[in-house]
Amino acid sequence: MALRNEHVQQRLSEKFGALVSNFEEPYGMLSFEVEKDQNLKVLQFLHDEADLNFQFLTDLCAVNYPDQPGRELAVVYHLHNLKDNLRIRFKVFAPVAQPDVFTATKLYSAANWMERETYDFFGVNFVGHPNLIRILNVDEMDYFPLRKEFPLEDQTRIDKDDQMFGRG
Amino acid sequence: MTEHHQHHIKLPEGSIEKQTTTLNMGPTHPATHGVFQNIMELDGERIVSAEQTVGYIHRAFEKLAERRPLNQITPITDRLNYCSSPINNIGWHLTCEKLLNVQTPKRVDYLRIIIMELARIADHLICNSIMGVDTGAYTGFMYIMQYRELIYEIYEEVCGSRLTTNIGRIGGFERDFSNTAFTKLEKFLKEYPAALRELENLFTRNRIFMDRTIGAGPISAERALNYGFTGPNLRAAGVDYDVRVHTPYSSYEDFDFKVPVGTTGDSYDRFLVRNGEMWESLSIINQAYQKVQAFKGTDADVFHADVPEYYLPKKEDVYTKMEALIWHFKIVMGEVEMPKGEVYSAVEGGNGELGFYLISDGGRTPFRLHFRRPSFIYYQAYSELVVGGMLSDAIVVMSSLNLIAGELDA
Repeated sequence: MALRNEHVQQRLSEKFGALVSNFEEPYGMLSFEVEKDQNLKVLQFLHDEADLNFQFLTDLCAVNYPDQPGRELAVVYHLHNLKDNLRIRFKVFAPVAQPDVFTATKLYSAANWMERETYDFFGVNFVGHPNLIRILNVDEMDYFPLRKEFPLEDQTRIDKDDQMFGRG
Repeated sequence: MTEHHQHHIKLPEGSIEKQTTTLNMGPTHPATHGVFQNIMELDGERIVSAEQTVGYIHRAFEKLAERRPLNQITPITDRLNYCSSPINNIGWHLTCEKLLNVQTPKRVDYLRIIIMELARIADHLICNSIMGVDTGAYTGFMYIMQYRELIYEIYEEVCGSRLTTNIGRIGGFERDFSNTAFTKLEKFLKEYPAALRELENLFTRNRIFMDRTIGAGPISAERALNYGFTGPNLRAAGVDYDVRVHTPYSSYEDFDFKVPVGTTGDSYDRFLVRNGEMWESLSIINQAYQKVQAFKGTDADVFHADVPEYYLPKKEDVYTKMEALIWHFKIVMGEVEMPKGEVYSAVEGGNGELGFYLISDGGRTPFRLHFRRPSFIYYQAYSELVVGGMLSDAIVVMSSLNLIAGELDA
């Protein structure tokens, strides 16, 4: 029997109760939220349980939500069960003032550079990471460029005043 | 030696006492085929440790994408894996279509498959022939280049450009394939198999090539999965994961093809898997071309879906119809609001699973766009693959992984 979203949700709720929440299925992919301190336990559980078997880390990245006080940074995990061909996604929220999230490098070697990239662009501090240094940007950089506080273009420049097009 | 000279030659501390040599391979080095650096510690010719530095051509695509409407992000994706740009373009369009819930007509899907499989061949033939170059056989590379040229001519006929193609639009193609495009496709389908057979004969049972690649940089299936390998590199280790089969997109489920797998995950198996995939791609293109030819009546002229919000209307309509003018204006000015949502969509790129994670907050540009770039993910395994081996093997391993700097650095 192929693995279903409902089964994953049920198993997680049984094991973690209220620590996993906000289950949704946008475009068919089971998505949920995990308490910040529980990310490793959830990853390990999804990895080890024979009926879940999420042993492939497809992607790890972060998102900055500046309008959510105390939950400004989200680390997003995309996992894939290759046997039953099911993908899931979960988010862990952290405050931008102290963005400490446990590293997944012990479980997935792939997480090493993905976490370095996430640190590089969002400043998420992956606790326990063996080599948490910048990877794509220069080492001397002292800010985290993908955060929303850094607009791509100077919003105050006046030589591009295009009020005519409703964007004044 | 005078004191003045000693002042200028500043050796790292302890470098005289240590028994190993530090070798800096890259960032610009003829053997890296791209801008990345490896700092290797060598004991004679044996690699003791290797550390990779990446980011030399980082262009902040993810940040750029946050200020661009969807159609303007396509040219960014060109510059990821530039050996197979059309796959990136179409992968991005498929992501947008998933977000917008657009259903594409079958003919569009088949035309896309023709282009994507041509791109896969272009990607793999470069990788495999470059492996030849790195083992000392230049001829194959020079020879096979003219067949990539045939592929590029087809791109040119379809979209006007060759390398960074910006091919297609959200919903399909900007114009139908011309008769010349099909003639060129037929020419390619007719001539390429013989050339590929010759390329195979040059390498597959070539004693020198085999000695150089068998056992070079092997990886087990477990480690490959743990490292997030996808694509030919994972399949060479014996895992038959292929996005085209697991999560079919663009009607790949209508096609009959095999997924070649290897066993040892070494450079030779990676070569064989890519080689096998080129044959399968040829078969897919043949099937797709037959399907395209089978369309009759109005179906035979369809080359895009009906997506007025994102697909530029015909120029005649823009001049004569109000609706078309409005959409033209909104699309060009990037003033179309997209639906709210979060989408992850992946295609089987030349190097593996190329994923797009798109978050829309209902604005005109993505709130966040993340590219899952296979090259970036598997390059971190490089030191594990080469440590303990010879320096010359490290070069072969690098070219067999098909690292593309553009995809690596995004």
